[in-house]
Amino acid sequence: MTPLRRVRPTGRTLDHKGPVTRWRPILLLAGLAGCLALLCLLSLALGALRVPLGQVADTLLGHPPSRMVDNVVWTVRLPRTWLALATGMGLGLAGMLMQALTRNPLADPGLLGVTAGSSFGVVIAVGLLGFGSLYEYVWFAFAGAAAASVVVYLLGRMGRSGLTPVKLALAGIAITALLNSLTSAIVVLEPDALRRYRYWAAGSLADLPGDVVKNVLPFLAVGAVLALACAPALNSLALGDDVALALGRRVGLIRLQGVLAIMVLVGASVAVIGPVVFLGLIVPQIARVLAQWAGLGPDHRWLLPLSGLLSPILLLAADILGRVIMRPVEIQAGVLIAFIGGPFFIAMVRRRRLAEV
Amino acid sequence: MTTHKTATAPDARAFRLRTPPVSGLLRLRLVVVCLVLSAATFLLVCLSVTIGEFRMGLGDAFGGIVGTGDPGNVLIVRELRLPRVLTGLLVGIAFALSGALFQTMTRNPLASPDVIGLTEGSATAVVAAIMLGWHSGAGLQTLGLLGGFGCALLVYLLAWRDGITGYRIVLVGIGISWMCASATDFLLARGGQFQAQAAIGWLVGNLNGRDWAETLPLAVAMVVLVPAALGLGRLLRTLQLGDDVAIGLGTPVQRARLAIVFTGVGLIAFGTAAAGPVAFVALSAPQIAQRLGGTAWPPPVTSAVTGGLIVVASDLIARTVIPGTELPVGIVSGAFGAPVLIWLLIRANRAGSGG
Repeated sequence: MTPLRRVRPTGRTLDHKGPVTRWRPILLLAGLAGCLALLCLLSLALGALRVPLGQVADTLLGHPPSRMVDNVVWTVRLPRTWLALATGMGLGLAGMLMQALTRNPLADPGLLGVTAGSSFGVVIAVGLLGFGSLYEYVWFAFAGAAAASVVVYLLGRMGRSGLTPVKLALAGIAITALLNSLTSAIVVLEPDALRRYRYWAAGSLADLPGDVVKNVLPFLAVGAVLALACAPALNSLALGDDVALALGRRVGLIRLQGVLAIMVLVGASVAVIGPVVFLGLIVPQIARVLAQWAGLGPDHRWLLPLSGLLSPILLLAADILGRVIMRPVEIQAGVLIAFIGGPFFIAMVRRRRLAEV
Repeated sequence: MTTHKTATAPDARAFRLRTPPVSGLLRLRLVVVCLVLSAATFLLVCLSVTIGEFRMGLGDAFGGIVGTGDPGNVLIVRELRLPRVLTGLLVGIAFALSGALFQTMTRNPLASPDVIGLTEGSATAVVAAIMLGWHSGAGLQTLGLLGGFGCALLVYLLAWRDGITGYRIVLVGIGISWMCASATDFLLARGGQFQAQAAIGWLVGNLNGRDWAETLPLAVAMVVLVPAALGLGRLLRTLQLGDDVAIGLGTPVQRARLAIVFTGVGLIAFGTAAAGPVAFVALSAPQIAQRLGGTAWPPPVTSAVTGGLIVVASDLIARTVIPGTELPVGIVSGAFGAPVLIWLLIRANRAGSGG
């Protein structure tokens, strides 16, 4: 009789704390942070005036090689990079939050009517009221976004069954269609509105005043805190409303918090850089694949920060590429995001079964 | 014919005919809704024929459509007004049916063709042509058709990997469509103001100045595609149960899905070529029909009638709301379909049946 042999645990187990996967989360975060840092430096260096990386470092440390370099780096490129970081983070967080709240992987952060609301705000401000400058219409865009998402939220929670994911999505789509129709009506009838609207709609970080980032940063910070605070509750929500209730979560309150976070994050981002919501659609999908690789599973406490980290990487990459690809003409970041993110997204969809949320 | 009540659906009656040997489920509510909507659509078609520079009565309009009555009226109705109204009706039916196919196949109301952007390929092709200074006519229509089919083919090929799944085709569709939409935005931002104005006019969906040359290709395509779409309904219902169950029930899953995708794309592409991507019809019509009919999935025939009704009604409003100006129909169809869908959502919630 042969004794039962004890099988030694190998590293290749599904156990999340196994030796192979233990280092992967740290590796992942370090890799992403490194990527982001490199892109920030490149963003400061590249553009119509090419500044060598060494000079960028000197300028940042307070020893600029020339007045011009000093000026370009501090007043043009640094604010622009900050803006890309902040709005990218906002759109990424909002995208993951939206998909978790609606339990629909096709949901983009514009689904709440936020994008349509800001488009409508821009068109109203420019077309009907005659405001031309960013400082004026950015507030209209933000107000439009806020109003639209409040209406969608209220519509979605009407009735006895409260806020269900399907109702939220459909109410969002309906309000979006309604507002888009009104936007097109104004754009078709008012050529002036079209002129401003079509540049805004392509989605760009170029030619924005440097201090605009100071205006949106408070909103984005509040939104980010709200979003990250949702994370543990979202894990319970993913199991279904009943289970979440049984686990002691206040489902309605979580949804309200999530919707508020999305409204603030997307409203502030879209008002400034235009409707680049595709970012918020694909980044969560990538984040899920990466989290799976790192053995973290569908845990929103990891997924949300991962999204918030990945999204500015993509936005910055698109922005930098847009500056160098057809110099001296700049291509809008919103356009390039689709062309960088699109093929990547498709390749990923082909590679593996995407986690259905 | 024998009918008896079924246990599962209270208003449904199973029926069986001896000759021809047909049996099925008759949903009374669905039939009533369908008939009422059809009657309303017919009335609206007659009504929109009466409107124009030369106003005529409802009776004259009906006479003009069927060919009796004053020859002058017949000429005006048949040559000038009917093509536009019919194009609207057909486009509405095509969009709604296509939307019903995709929404049922993927079991996701967001996966309708205008959201996953099967219209974007046509849009990019046409906007590019407009920006290059090619203005109107059959060339633009053919180009829209080619763009739509090219885009769909690309999506299908990219989604193919040991067969396709409904979910994968939707996601790949979203990726491709965002790329097309970005290209369109880029072209719009770079082009001249005049061309941008023309392109926007096309992009929202437009029925202005349609004649038989635009109606006929659409009508011919629909004669083929609509029966195909309705015939696919049975397969669709087994596909809804998931691939494994569908295979177990003897459904040729891959071939059925290919047929569904191409029928849906064909309907959308021909519709878009004739009238541009009329906003929101493909999404809202099946959802509205589903809620009116009280079914668990978008009912194909009722969806089609609802779609026709929405576009014809929208066009009627678009032509009359601002005297002297003809708005593009897409502006109204979004503004008109959205409140209806919202109202239905609220009503469904009150009844406690959820979204």
